[in-house]
Amino acid sequence: MMQKKIVLFFPSTVVEQPFIYHLIKDYRWMVNLLKAAINPRKEGRMVLEVTCTEEDYQRGVEYLQSSGVSITHLEQEIVWVEERCTQCGACAVICPTKALAVERPSMRITFDDSKCIVCEHCLKACPARAVEARF
Amino acid sequence: MGVRKTIKEINVKIQQGKAVVVTAEELIPLAAAEGAEEAARQVDVVTTGTFGPMCSSGAFFNLGHTTPRMRFSRVYLNGVNAYTGIAAVDVFLGATEIPETDPANKNFPGEFNYGGAHVIEDLLGGKEVYLEATSYGTDCYPRKKVESWITLDDINEAYLFNPRNCYQNYNVAVNLSNKAIYTYMGILKGDLGNANYCSAGQLSPLLKDPYFKTVGIGTRVFLGGGTGYVAWHGTQHNPCVQHSDLGAPRTPAGTLALIGDLKQMEARWIRGISYLGYGVSMQVGVGVPIPILDAEVLAWAALRDEDLTAPIVDYSEGYPQGIPGNLGEVSYADLKSGEIEIQGKRVPTASLSSYPRAREIAETLKGWILAGDFLLTEPVQPLPGADSGIKSKPLKIKGK
Ligand code: SF4
Ligand code: SF4
Repeated sequence: MMQKKIVLFFPSTVVEQPFIYHLIKDYRWMVNLLKAAINPRKEGRMVLEVTCTEEDYQRGVEYLQSSGVSITHLEQEIVWVEERCTQCGACAVICPTKALAVERPSMRITFDDSKCIVCEHCLKACPARAVEARF
Repeated sequence: MGVRKTIKEINVKIQQGKAVVVTAEELIPLAAAEGAEEAARQVDVVTTGTFGPMCSSGAFFNLGHTTPRMRFSRVYLNGVNAYTGIAAVDVFLGATEIPETDPANKNFPGEFNYGGAHVIEDLLGGKEVYLEATSYGTDCYPRKKVESWITLDDINEAYLFNPRNCYQNYNVAVNLSNKAIYTYMGILKGDLGNANYCSAGQLSPLLKDPYFKTVGIGTRVFLGGGTGYVAWHGTQHNPCVQHSDLGAPRTPAGTLALIGDLKQMEARWIRGISYLGYGVSMQVGVGVPIPILDAEVLAWAALRDEDLTAPIVDYSEGYPQGIPGNLGEVSYADLKSGEIEIQGKRVPTASLSSYPRAREIAETLKGWILAGDFLLTEPVQPLPGADSGIKSKPLKIKGK
């Protein structure tokens, strides 16, 4: 048995298909869903922890890839460098999961790592470059 | 007879440690409870603050003479071009200048990771900056090339001279097209995906003195963590716009040209920033003290986010094509709530100007005044006001 954290990226054309059901039923993946941002008819992202045999893992990956889902291994994490943050708030409307959000009424920005799906939208949306991707 | 105070009298109180100083935020409940007349009796100075992107900024440097002497005609600081069309070793480094090697928007949207504002921030942070200068050589300035590493301490005079800061009110930027656009107002998602604004609202210096009754040329201010001065009215100063019944301008209006010694400033308050697909800018911290001369000045200084409005402007077509008009007005209170309504749609809002940092500036300035370290100045000359007839002209394109 092996365990891996992966990020699945679903293009809008396939986002409504029941992938997780098939991964569990047909490929014997034990799935722990860590984070997900799925919107009907829009692209989606999902962060999973998978436990299964090496062979089942490979088969599941092939199934996903042949269906148009792309997979990356979660070796990367998003770090909010508070000292560099100028507390402007520009990232809050860009972040799809409210991992970066404005606290009201103080108007201070906070970062909740557990909500981050490593979509990287904030990296370049932050004018002060206060968010970094680390490996 | 209503309250009347002079700046001189207020300064005496500051020196005696008796002045009552509050931030523009703290003034609001006080004015509501006591009324303008009584609050004006109690309060001597109100401090304001703003920390936002201010593209029209830059610094003059005197880099010192080499031996043999050299008349710099091309200068790069960390690869960023500084303007040399002034005396021998004087240069002006503009905040938005980018290296000639930057691909800019060739790979759209460009990242613009480094520019003039970042050089200034690096100097303030004590970092060494790579200087490259070339010249054509003259009898009096024979040297043609120099390369060196310099720090802020190595530079003779270094002062910020920002031609346009502190916009009195600003547009709320939205995008009516169906794809994202990349602007100096940040990333605007298509189909009214977000609304970005850029003002500290009830803490913003010029919104709290809407008719420039106290701020003028020579006014001493907080600039980038040090002290600075109002040098002139800023470029695009447009004081004759419509004001609300409460007195606040309803659209972008007045601006300030500011000057100050860079060596007193801190990198925390002068930041290089990068707008995806647009370019480099500088986030500048400014705080202006408002001497409470009478109840009218106090009432303006006590305007709340609820009382201050900004126009909503489409940046997909309206702004770039210079089409007059807007999509309505919205209060800063609504903008700060995180969501506004435009054309029947709920639109999330984001700020580019930092409200927490604006508050910190107002607090810091208050501390300086209370400690007696910062005296108020009489304006040497007022700024052109609502009766000046000034209008910002568009460029007329003519052939010969
Ligand atoms: S990578 Fe950035 S934008 Fe994406 S979810 Fe994480 S914090 Fe939000
Ligand atoms: S955009 Fe960057 S600087 Fe602005 S609040 Fe977000 S993390 Fe901080």
